[in-house]
Amino acid sequence: MESSILSSILFATIVAGTPLIIVALGQLIAEKSGVLNLGAEGMMSMGAIAGFAISFETGSVWLGVLGGMAAGALMSYLFAVVVLTLMGNQVATGLALSILGVGLSAFIGKPYESEILPTIEAIRIPLLADIPIIGEPLFAQQSLVYFSWALFGAIVWFLYRSRPGLVLRAVGESPSSAHSIGYPVIRIRYMATIFGGAMAGIGGAFLSVFYTPLWVEGMVAGRGWIAIALVVFATWRPFRVMVGAYLFGGVMVAQLFVQGSGLEINIPSQFLSSLPYLATIIVLVIISRDQNTVRLNAPVSLGQPYRPDA
Amino acid sequence: MALTKIIKKLAIVALLGAMSGAGMAADNVGFVYVSPIGDAGWTYQHDLGRLQLEKETGVTTSYVENVPEGPDAERVIREMAKRGDKVVFATSFGFMNYALKVSKTFRKTAFVHATGYKMGKNMGLVNARFYEGRYLTGVIAGEMTGSNVLGYVAAFPIPEVMQGINAFIQGARSVNPKAELRVIWVNSWFDPGKERQAALTLLSQEADVITHHTDSTAVVQAAEDQGKYAFGYHSDMSKYGPKAHLTATTHLWGDYYVKTVKEVQAGTWKPTSVWGGYKEGMIALAPLNKAIPAELQGRIREMEKQLTAGTMHPFAGPVVDQSGKTIVPEGQNMTDEQLNAMNYYLQGSHAGAWLPGCLNRIPWKHIS
Repeated sequence: MESSILSSILFATIVAGTPLIIVALGQLIAEKSGVLNLGAEGMMSMGAIAGFAISFETGSVWLGVLGGMAAGALMSYLFAVVVLTLMGNQVATGLALSILGVGLSAFIGKPYESEILPTIEAIRIPLLADIPIIGEPLFAQQSLVYFSWALFGAIVWFLYRSRPGLVLRAVGESPSSAHSIGYPVIRIRYMATIFGGAMAGIGGAFLSVFYTPLWVEGMVAGRGWIAIALVVFATWRPFRVMVGAYLFGGVMVAQLFVQGSGLEINIPSQFLSSLPYLATIIVLVIISRDQNTVRLNAPVSLGQPYRPDA
Repeated sequence: MALTKIIKKLAIVALLGAMSGAGMAADNVGFVYVSPIGDAGWTYQHDLGRLQLEKETGVTTSYVENVPEGPDAERVIREMAKRGDKVVFATSFGFMNYALKVSKTFRKTAFVHATGYKMGKNMGLVNARFYEGRYLTGVIAGEMTGSNVLGYVAAFPIPEVMQGINAFIQGARSVNPKAELRVIWVNSWFDPGKERQAALTLLSQEADVITHHTDSTAVVQAAEDQGKYAFGYHSDMSKYGPKAHLTATTHLWGDYYVKTVKEVQAGTWKPTSVWGGYKEGMIALAPLNKAIPAELQGRIREMEKQLTAGTMHPFAGPVVDQSGKTIVPEGQNMTDEQLNAMNYYLQGSHAGAWLPGCLNRIPWKHIS
């Protein structure tokens, strides 16, 4: 009994952390190139409705995920045109993108409010899924959970082990230096921003197609903002983003389990609900308290427009 | 969150512009909704009432949905009164003060506010005794459970939610003294992801019949996925869980709307405070699932008759709270004052969190 509860908590933790990881890692790439896109909530909303609508109309989960990705990418392209080509303010444009995405998704989603999708079966990895306690949480998850791990691996390799990753970081550190040695700063920033949008779209589609297979206005419920905050508190390090996302998911799930356990403990439920936020902030602040790591990892040109001289 | 507010504000500005151009109808009735109508839920039920009103009285109606509970509400209500609506129905708790304020300027307009506690010279109140339906779903839950553990996903500890929780366990224990109830507070009216997670948590910890007092359909869907039972709330949610959905406590506002508008037209309307349940036809159960045995269905129908006749009270004594204190002695029913100050769990509830936030300050003056 005890071990099955532990297993359920771990399982739910990983599911709850997955959308945050996908979105936050996408934003991390965009921010590493020096572009701060606060529109994650809007891009996720658009990803959620596009993913849901396309899955519903075509019956294909994967077309839905692709659709969500495309919707997120399109939204971030819009953002990129305004801030990179037209030199708009990144903070203001990002906020506007959030408003636009949340509102537009509600508008597009009207006809889908009463529809539901079938629940998607988990993919069980033979043998591994039978390991006690950690088997189910790690090896019997839905496909996008495995995707989030692959994404993590790919991003770590890309940023720290590949040449294009080095270029991306250089663009974020000093766009004028990167430009002067011949790298197309604006084009690289476009690509990074669109990648961030595409990931936000997938994160949204995960919510509406995999997590709670339904569409309702406002279903992203602030997760886009949490993802943005995670990137900052994780000091732009992919591993810390993972830790933060699972910590957030884990504490949220654990407090629900405590409430549902039937134990009568005298803690206000409002305090329990705020625990995930508190725990994540405290832990990430503690592991990032060294000023030098923050300085080393924060992209210097973050949020600043760059206009190539020639 | 501030952002959604901004969106709503923009939407309202646009809507107000559109409304003022719509011209004045002879007998128009305005409705102010707090959320989108959607396909199920609180506002959806009010809109069903609005449609019934149009059909039965022939008046024209107009509504503004997604109105935040702030100064925008006043603007919307004022606009409706100004263009000459005969009756304005404000259907969310937070509209109360704004409706009252506007009612003082437009004395010829009838205002009705749902779920509040302040009346005015031309402002009446309406609310429904949701707990009556909850009690019946509790009886069904008590009979249908195999594990004797029931689950409840709740939003905020206010008396209205507590009435539902306590009526549910009271109903369950009336037929199954071994039943216990576990409550998870999600501290949000609307977050489908969290609501689903809470439901799954309850189901993984032995609960096999669950319900919710939040605004989405996620809980019913979660029960369907897990092959367990659930009750809907506000609306019939059976299409979100055809097997899981045993029934739902639904609100029917239509008859009250029709009666109010007819009285206004006849010039006999006086502001009243109506707290209606089965007796007034404001609460009903959604169709019962075939999984409920015929004998139990019969008993539920019988109880519905008793509630309608007023011979049965969900909180008839003895009512004992979680700590063992008797709240209502045998032979008495809980009073409306007690109902509206409910800030405790009844025996059988095991909630992992206490209730410091439970409001005990609504000075309900009940006139029926």
